[in-house]
Amino acid sequence: MVQLSRSGSCRVATTQRRAGVYGKAGNLSRPSSAAIYGRWYDLRVDSGRARAYFDHNATTPVDPEVIAGVAATMRDEFGNASSVHHFGQRAKARLEEAREQLAALIGASPAELVFTSGGTEADNFAIRGVAEALEPLGRRHLVTTAIEHEAVLTTMRALERRGWRVTRVNPDRSGVVSAEALEAALAPDTALLSLMHANNEVGTLQPVAACAAVARSRGVLVHTDAVQSVGKVPVDVRDLDVDLLTLSGHKFYGPKGVGALWIRRGTRLLATMTGGKQERSRRAGTENVPGIVGLGIAAHLAATRLEEDGAAQTVLRDVLEQGVLAAVAETHVNGQGQARVPNTTNIGFAGIEAESLLIALDLEGFAVSTGSACSSGTLEPSHVLKAMGLSLHDTQNALRLSVGRHTTRDQVDRLIAALPAITERLRALTDRRAAIPGADRRPA
Amino acid sequence: MSGGVDSSVAAALLAEQGHDVIGLSMQLYDQRDGQPRFGTCCTIDDLHDARRVATRLGVPHYIINFESHFHARVVTPFVDEYVAGRTPIPCTRCNSDVKFVTLLERSAGLQADRLATGHYVQSRQDAHGAWHLHRGADPGKDQSYFLFALTQDQLSRALFPVGHLDKASVRAYALDRQLPVALKPDSQEICFVPDGDQAAFVARAAGARTPGPGRIVDREGRVLGTHGGVHRFTVGQRKGLQLSVGVPLYVVAIDATAEQVTVGPRSALEQRAARIDGVQWIAGRTPEGPIQAEVQIRHRHAPGAATVLAVDATQVEVQFAEPQYAITPGQAAVFYHGDEVLGGGWIASPAAPVRR
Repeated sequence: MVQLSRSGSCRVATTQRRAGVYGKAGNLSRPSSAAIYGRWYDLRVDSGRARAYFDHNATTPVDPEVIAGVAATMRDEFGNASSVHHFGQRAKARLEEAREQLAALIGASPAELVFTSGGTEADNFAIRGVAEALEPLGRRHLVTTAIEHEAVLTTMRALERRGWRVTRVNPDRSGVVSAEALEAALAPDTALLSLMHANNEVGTLQPVAACAAVARSRGVLVHTDAVQSVGKVPVDVRDLDVDLLTLSGHKFYGPKGVGALWIRRGTRLLATMTGGKQERSRRAGTENVPGIVGLGIAAHLAATRLEEDGAAQTVLRDVLEQGVLAAVAETHVNGQGQARVPNTTNIGFAGIEAESLLIALDLEGFAVSTGSACSSGTLEPSHVLKAMGLSLHDTQNALRLSVGRHTTRDQVDRLIAALPAITERLRALTDRRAAIPGADRRPA
Repeated sequence: MSGGVDSSVAAALLAEQGHDVIGLSMQLYDQRDGQPRFGTCCTIDDLHDARRVATRLGVPHYIINFESHFHARVVTPFVDEYVAGRTPIPCTRCNSDVKFVTLLERSAGLQADRLATGHYVQSRQDAHGAWHLHRGADPGKDQSYFLFALTQDQLSRALFPVGHLDKASVRAYALDRQLPVALKPDSQEICFVPDGDQAAFVARAAGARTPGPGRIVDREGRVLGTHGGVHRFTVGQRKGLQLSVGVPLYVVAIDATAEQVTVGPRSALEQRAARIDGVQWIAGRTPEGPIQAEVQIRHRHAPGAATVLAVDATQVEVQFAEPQYAITPGQAAVFYHGDEVLGGGWIASPAAPVRR
């Protein structure tokens, strides 16, 4: 290949050859997902050890069917979906097919879906779009919760600097916000209530439908960030009774960089990404057709596997949670006793810095997470656990473990088995520090 | 791994020798304000550089949040020292109270046998099992002055893979191995004061405790002028006094309580003695009776022959054979025997100036 690409004439030959190879690949039978994931996630030796992935709330591995669909679209459907000609029409057809697949997953009509670059853009679009549309009507107030994703919290802080008022409702100690508290926060000039469907750190489901009914009856638009629930639990926009819903492809085995905002027909909001007339003038920019096709396939897979995946992951999560609680002393579950997404548990380890635990586990081949990571990849006390009223120590000792479609019982058992030795070691160091005067000396 | 060439080469050398290397970087201060900071240690860019090096070496790399430790153990004492009219060395605190305490503990939690850094110092264990600390082989880069406070326990778990090299060899090695930081300039400033304006930093951090304006006096107490706060001055400083006396005048003493800066001629800065507190001995024992040593009173300063007499476990009196220039409270005094570090402490006060 290197030699070929050195001369211009041969480069053409390479391209032709490449097209031929890909053409053939389409006819080959695809390996099953189990075969691929089995090899990749459990047996693959990466940096000298087998690895197990317990961070599906951060992102999920891309399903092989999605990969195949994205690759095929990149290869075959290069057209601009806005073009009038044959190539444009083909791309547009793929786009609309994906829209239908996604609509079917969440009980929406396809025309209500706007594709975005992901969950963060969809959250921005919902909040800024509503704010901009309703500000001329005298609305200047937003209601949300203290446990939202940064995409919601930071966007609202930006509006605050422009004179909007924001009320952030705290959850109870188990990580659920009460519908009554949200209702009490509504003001005559409230434009939008934004309430996440499932919390990313503890997994608790929020009373979206109950809040939405009240808020909408009082003329307040309702947005839900459903990034952590779509693909994990049944999500139906009519049942949730909201006006706007955010979802993201890479949280349910789709590609990164693609998501959507569902907008109930007739909802007042202005486009925040301005330019061409794509997405019915609601989101400008040439459509990411391969990514959107991948999102559609991921949605289709999620719809067909939802029940099966949910049941299997509930079992694995519960085994993991109970196993850790039994194997390691002085542990507790954050968000326990509440309805949660089936794949998530958040466990506190008294006397341990979660940062050290995460690194120690990674070195032994287990990928887990704590709260949200900041720009440099370091850890900060979780704003979610803080809002739940946990002590500073308890906000810094919690691990988030999130299983997924390809997690195996063996991986769960290995993680449970690895924890006692690691936690003992880390606790011994903490005790040692407390016992050594020099280790805690303060400068003069 | 700071993202600089020294710690990068330290990691590369160990990885090449077949050690099981884990890269650790410390995030030391708030990076979220998004302000670009150039040419200093441990910015977001530097942390990314550290990660790129780790990726090239094929070793795992983690960035650990040390903001609260760093603030409590380095930044706050730094501010307090300036408010008290002294001139602190935050790098020593960072080494002995953050890197070789908290980072060492974290690395032990990862079952690491040793903590390696890119410092230009050398450590050796003698036949009796005791550890010794020596200057780095490159006299221009030696950092032993900043590491006098290491204990036997800390030394026994430390590795200094570049200590026996000179800077040129370190850069050559980095270039040869194509480390992405091979040509990165050395950091110069105090890392958390990237613009070098320490007075402004102290004023921001100290708030209401910021020293107020006061008088500039000569050694006889005559008022020569006024100043904007004692934190703006260090002993030996000549610039910024805004006096028109005709002869060059230097800061010879700072009295934070009286908010007074004393100035005098250059000769007034030459002193033969100093009182040192917070003393630690590398060997872990206080020598009995006076010892002869070479005492270095600041970074990049030729050490002077001196008699060091321990007053008690943490205080010594140093009597120099020749007058030393600008013995500055807050700086470290480090005791050497040849290139070996015997110990050191913090300069509490110079003795009375030598009158000529």
